[in-house]
Amino acid sequence: MLPTPDTSHVPYQRVYEPAEDSFLLLDTLSSPSETAFLSSRFASPSPSSPSPAPLVLEVGPGSGVVIAFLTAHASTIFGSPHVLTTAIDVSPFACAATNLTVSKAVSENTSTSGFWTSATQGDLVSPFRPGSVDVLVFNPPYVPTPDLPAPPPTGLQALKEKTTFEEDSHLLELTYAGGRDGMETTDRLIEALPGVLSERGVAYILLCAQNKPEEVKGRIRVMGGEGKWKAETVGTSGKQAGWEKLQIVRVWR
Amino acid sequence: MKVMTLNFLTCAVKNCKSSNDSFPLHPKEAELAKDDIEINPQLLINVLPRIDWAALRTTSTELGFPTLPEQPPSPEDLQSDEALLKELHELLMETQMMEGKLVCGHCGHEYAVKNGVANFLLPSHLV
Repeated sequence: MLPTPDTSHVPYQRVYEPAEDSFLLLDTLSSPSETAFLSSRFASPSPSSPSPAPLVLEVGPGSGVVIAFLTAHASTIFGSPHVLTTAIDVSPFACAATNLTVSKAVSENTSTSGFWTSATQGDLVSPFRPGSVDVLVFNPPYVPTPDLPAPPPTGLQALKEKTTFEEDSHLLELTYAGGRDGMETTDRLIEALPGVLSERGVAYILLCAQNKPEEVKGRIRVMGGEGKWKAETVGTSGKQAGWEKLQIVRVWR
Repeated sequence: MKVMTLNFLTCAVKNCKSSNDSFPLHPKEAELAKDDIEINPQLLINVLPRIDWAALRTTSTELGFPTLPEQPPSPEDLQSDEALLKELHELLMETQMMEGKLVCGHCGHEYAVKNGVANFLLPSHLV
């Protein structure tokens, strides 16, 4: 069991506290099947012909626990520490928290760590170059809600020391509210995958039972025509789970 | 934000995606900081193949760093040219943009960088 990154510094009144969904991602990404898949896909064939360092992006890192885990244990998970990691979140507080969580985790795991390039504030994958992302990880706001909350005001900066109760509530709402079937944001991300993922790119997306995962996988499998994309469940929270019943879907060409 | 990220960030405005001028973004009024990181030649050797060298040369010049050679160095070049290795290490791995703006060469939109975090959220009319 690889150690879970410390997130005790994170302000949980406005940033998502790691929960069952986060831990399912950690368990799945470090599982034998996924480490084998990722290592064979991204490791160098030989020291004299280095494979270009993959770029790993977490969308919506929140506290940063998942991307910190992937960065700190890169050697184990990707078969090499020559991995670039980054993250993007709509919340400036999540960006600041993630930067701290990752640097703490890296300082405790220097021999196995990849290279952290810092968190960016933004919506899904909008500022990333086409084809630039090799591994994308997304724990979406997946809870079905009547409406999708508005994005945070563009000027909201983490420098603000005192947030109001309303601002905090809004930020927390953004971490879980997924609109219709809990899929409104996830669907936007799925649509963006063919553009942002590299040829060897792979995405890991967390879904709950209410997202209708079989339908989601079906939609992915016909993106851009039949047989272009694969989608398989590679981790589940199984029967021990609470009412949410979660799974991780791996998406690749 | 590490300078390296400028090599994979582009303007977030939808209409700019098809233009070549939206990458790389141009730093403006940049305040830089330098982290102290041990040189890792093997990491640099693995990172270079995925770097857009022309864009890196532009970024390097715009930030006031010495002009980079026209062609990217090979692994052998890097292993024998310690000065170049140190220069690339400092630029790509150690240098952070803490404050300033990132400007799109196509639409002119300016993204703010505050406290080391670049903000790509757009007002609704630009999404």
